Amino acid sequence: MSRRKTERLLNLVVCLLATRRYLTAEQIRRAVPGYPDAGEAFKRMFERDKEELRELGIPLEVGSDLDGGGGDEIGYRIPPQDYELPDVHLTPDEAAVLGLAARVWQRASMAEAASGALLKLRAAGVETDSGTAVGIEPRVDAGEPAFTALWEAVRDRRPVAFSYQGIGRTSAARRHLEPWGVVSRRGRWYVAGHDRDRDEERVFRLSRIVGEVVPDGPPGTVTVPEGVDVRRLAFDRSEPVTERRPATVLLRSGAAQGPRRWARDVRPAREEGWDEAVLTFRDVDWFAPYLARFADDLVVLDPPDLREAVIHQLKSVLAGNGDGEGAGR
Amino acid sequence: MTAKTAGGGRGTGRGASGTSTDRLARLLALVPYVVNRDSVMLGEAAAAFGISEKQLIDDLNLLWCVELRAPDPYCPIDLSYEGGEITVAEAESIARPLRLKVDEASALLVALRMLADIPGLDGDRDALSRVIAKLEGAAGAAAAPSSQVAVEVDAWAGAGRAGGPGAGALLREAIAAGRRVHLSYYVPARDENTERDVDPMRLLVVDGTTYLEGWCRRAEAVRLFKLDRITDLAVLDVPAQVPADAEPIDVDAGLFRPSDADVRVTLELTPRGRWVADHYPCESVDELGEGRLRVVLRTPDTRWVRGLALRLGDQGRIVEPAELAGAVRDDAARALARYGLA
Repeated sequence: MSRRKTERLLNLVVCLLATRRYLTAEQIRRAVPGYPDAGEAFKRMFERDKEELRELGIPLEVGSDLDGGGGDEIGYRIPPQDYELPDVHLTPDEAAVLGLAARVWQRASMAEAASGALLKLRAAGVETDSGTAVGIEPRVDAGEPAFTALWEAVRDRRPVAFSYQGIGRTSAARRHLEPWGVVSRRGRWYVAGHDRDRDEERVFRLSRIVGEVVPDGPPGTVTVPEGVDVRRLAFDRSEPVTERRPATVLLRSGAAQGPRRWARDVRPAREEGWDEAVLTFRDVDWFAPYLARFADDLVVLDPPDLREAVIHQLKSVLAGNGDGEGAGR
Repeated sequence: MTAKTAGGGRGTGRGASGTSTDRLARLLALVPYVVNRDSVMLGEAAAAFGISEKQLIDDLNLLWCVELRAPDPYCPIDLSYEGGEITVAEAESIARPLRLKVDEASALLVALRMLADIPGLDGDRDALSRVIAKLEGAAGAAAAPSSQVAVEVDAWAGAGRAGGPGAGALLREAIAAGRRVHLSYYVPARDENTERDVDPMRLLVVDGTTYLEGWCRRAEAVRLFKLDRITDLAVLDVPAQVPADAEPIDVDAGLFRPSDADVRVTLELTPRGRWVADHYPCESVDELGEGRLRVVLRTPDTRWVRGLALRLGDQGRIVEPAELAGAVRDDAARALARYGLA
């Protein structure tokens, strides 16, 4: 880290904040200590410095005023009203939840951004160390490799491209997306947006992205349609909702505790040691594997398609997990 | 000369190290931090910024050096740290902190909105909505992109008393009051309902799932309980007694760590079974070609893996240990026998 550079940048910020008129590069060079004599070296250094200020979020205004000393030459200034954080006053209970929020992000860019924000709020006079124990510790891991690139693309409204290995696919495919939002559900991150290849809304899971997410167009070219709620978009897919159906099952007494949590009309069955119960389900393809997991503690009596699906599931388990000789039986 | 060396420090953390721009951000916050408090002791300020007192003094000296030469030379910042007490007499244009960047506003706003969804935080919902409104106001346009990121929290808060507060709220009350709780807790790995007394320590919300951390009197150890598996909950009229040496789980190091006693289970998955690699922490994941995977899981208890294999069906199979594959085969055969097929 260069102390001289920090010092120069600091002088530059103070100088541009203090001026009301636009200062030309030459005026800045003369006012701010640390710049070399006019010439290529200065131009390059000044360009880099402006970039650094923008990266910090400092609003650098470019313009010219004929009344100022600069004539019609381009000049710079930082308008204080755009620079300054407005007043923030928090009550102790508000400060306590803010402190909690700042600790939420684990790892990566979001954790750094949260502590940067906290620094500024403390500087504005907010006391985040209220000592109030909230008794709850929330954490979110944004360490997924694709997260930062996708968040930046969403923020900058920039299209992206990446390779994606979908479930049930035999190889990864190149996808082109206008990203609208990033959502975490049950600890897993998803990106939702407009899929340019398929020309429709799509959701991708970040863990299935292979390799780098790269920009696929200039910033500012993605438009999120009015009224789009990223959470809704990602999960409330208007999949054809199949009707709920009842299933009659036998549950071994004292076992199959999982389904018992949802079961209704649980009553002793004719056979000793078993209960009969009713479960509700929508999707046979999802429900049959779930029921198969309870092995011989659960028997489906009805409907026939569910019963057949469970039998099919169990047969494929038998075939797959054999040591070879029994496979395919 | 400088840009390269500065770039090398990027990503090594905040505060102590960091780039010139990181340090500039700190310097710009330091002046208003003191201005807003009239005077601050060196130790207190160093702690607030996460740096040493030596670094802080170096920062203050740097601020003291700010100088503008044209049109007339002058020093716009006047400060002192005599006797270890920082005061700022003159700060001019940098007396106020810089506004929040989009990333900064988003990191806090997304986290706050997630907190507002946590079942146990009902009592703080009011404070949360006030902070959210204040931050949105202060961040201005920088707050807008934050609505494009969301973290969902499991909506199902577990059982409470019928019509009463959910499990999260009850547990927070118990923690605040230092009371023992009785849990009926479902363990899916063993398909068992268990009854136990727990001295609650904290609620953890990790990646959208809420857990109770507490001293389990049955296991005589610190245990995590998922709130959505608590089937019944009673706050007992008994004070909680968490042993002094009960170690809270280091959330930042990850909730579940493998142990040497774990069994290694190797599974082969078809393309449709690839979800297993997303769903469970795997020790290794190898592509076998054509979208098939070989994964190795580590677990202290293989019973749930039997359940997983039954659920997978033709999406995957257990390769090793062979006894486990045999046990799954027996499970399936016994189940088929109940259908009159063997």
